[in-house]
Amino acid sequence: MRVHIDQEKCCGAGSCVLSAPEVFDQREEDGIVVLLDAEPPAGLHEAVHEAAAICPAAAISVEQVEQLDQAERVERV
Amino acid sequence: MTTAERTEAERNTGSTGPSEDLAPLSPLAVPAARADGCPFDPAPGVERARREEPVTRATLWDGSTCWLVTRHQDVREVLGDPRFSADAARPGFPFLTAGGRELATSKPTFIRQDDPEHARLRRMLTADFMVKKMEAMRPEVQRLADDLLDRMTAGRNAADLVAEFALPLPSLVICLLLGVPYDDHEFFQDRSRLLLSLRSTAEEVRTAQADLQRYLSRLAAAKQREPDDGIVSRLVARGELDFEEIASMGRLLLIAGHETTANMTALSTLALLRNPGQLARLREDPSLIKGAVEELLRYLTIVHNGLPRVATEDVTLGGRTIRAGEGVLCTLNSANRDEGVFPGGDALDVGRDARRHVAFGFGVHQCLGQPLARVELQIAVETLLRRLPDLRLDIPFEDVPFRHDMGIYGVHALPVAW
Ligand code: SF4
Repeated sequence: MRVHIDQEKCCGAGSCVLSAPEVFDQREEDGIVVLLDAEPPAGLHEAVHEAAAICPAAAISVEQVEQLDQAERVERV
Repeated sequence: MTTAERTEAERNTGSTGPSEDLAPLSPLAVPAARADGCPFDPAPGVERARREEPVTRATLWDGSTCWLVTRHQDVREVLGDPRFSADAARPGFPFLTAGGRELATSKPTFIRQDDPEHARLRRMLTADFMVKKMEAMRPEVQRLADDLLDRMTAGRNAADLVAEFALPLPSLVICLLLGVPYDDHEFFQDRSRLLLSLRSTAEEVRTAQADLQRYLSRLAAAKQREPDDGIVSRLVARGELDFEEIASMGRLLLIAGHETTANMTALSTLALLRNPGQLARLREDPSLIKGAVEELLRYLTIVHNGLPRVATEDVTLGGRTIRAGEGVLCTLNSANRDEGVFPGGDALDVGRDARRHVAFGFGVHQCLGQPLARVELQIAVETLLRRLPDLRLDIPFEDVPFRHDMGIYGVHALPVAW
């Protein structure tokens, strides 16, 4: 999973921080979203999807690299 | 009503084609009281619209018409789409009352403006309400909550929960954040009530608004002479806004900070008292509180007549075409009962994952103060339940004065005993 944020769109209400504090934070000066981890571990994927779904400004997008992950996993097996 | 509007209204009344056994569905009258049966449920017409005709017509108090958007996904689409404007000065913008029109058009705040102006103004405040800062307020909010309950319970076993706890708590907190003296609370609570009452005349709203505006611009001037670390003072120090603009922003925060959390606190308490099973679950496992507050926000949705927008282009939604210049009301309470997103949504379930609710709205205008509201509600409800194990309603449920007449739903008073 690869996470993208668009700081231009963000309206700073902080829902993402509540859903996935390991991945999102807010900038001290203006409360705008900052990305702490662009490729969060699998355990956080659900929380990140939730954050993207509830972000009111559509400022968070998630690149689906799941298939890739799976392919990698298959290779490893 | 203009002739064009009248023709529009007639056309829409006639176009629904009433079926044999059902009364014609649209247009619905808005604002409408909530259900008689269960005062926690949205107005029956709105519920029915969501099931049968999710994008439907409504008639407003002045006879004008607008669209009513009732489903969760559609509400999110409208509120997240810049083709629906929040600018109250645009023709076609739907107002719920004459007072609302007065309030929104004479001195609009950023909630009634579009980007980029909206974003410019809002971003002056986003740092003040960010999650980290509000979380850091917990000890202070807890202390205030405990003090209020100490006073409320001293030598007594009954009180009005609204007057003694639910309203003073968020008032104290927003005053603290803004740098407004709490001693003046009767003055702004009174004006706040007038601004939010559906019964207020345009004249009453104008006067109340002018009073608050004058008060806050004087306060801004005072902060210039004697700065503190409150929001008003910081806005003055930024030097980008004049005192009138700061007063408008302060007024918005003061009103929003007062009535919303106060009503959520009282209504949440009442909803839990009416659902003893859920109340017991929450008492047994206080770690449920965060989720429970989200669920209470969803279930109660106090912005009960919906959020207004006006289309700036023709947009197709739910199979209907909304034309440029037509008003839209997004009914949040009906969206938050949408079975497709919240199965069994008419029941309160403190264990539910309710995070997708739209009680704070959606899109770039979504409530700026929500991190504060969450901290306040979590502390208020948890503290109340913990400290008053025998809390009960002190009047018959039928006698509870619900705020059908206000833009923000809730109760005017909540007599409780313990
Ligand atoms: S939820 Fe969206 S709008 Fe809100 S702070 Fe996070 S990225 Fe910004």
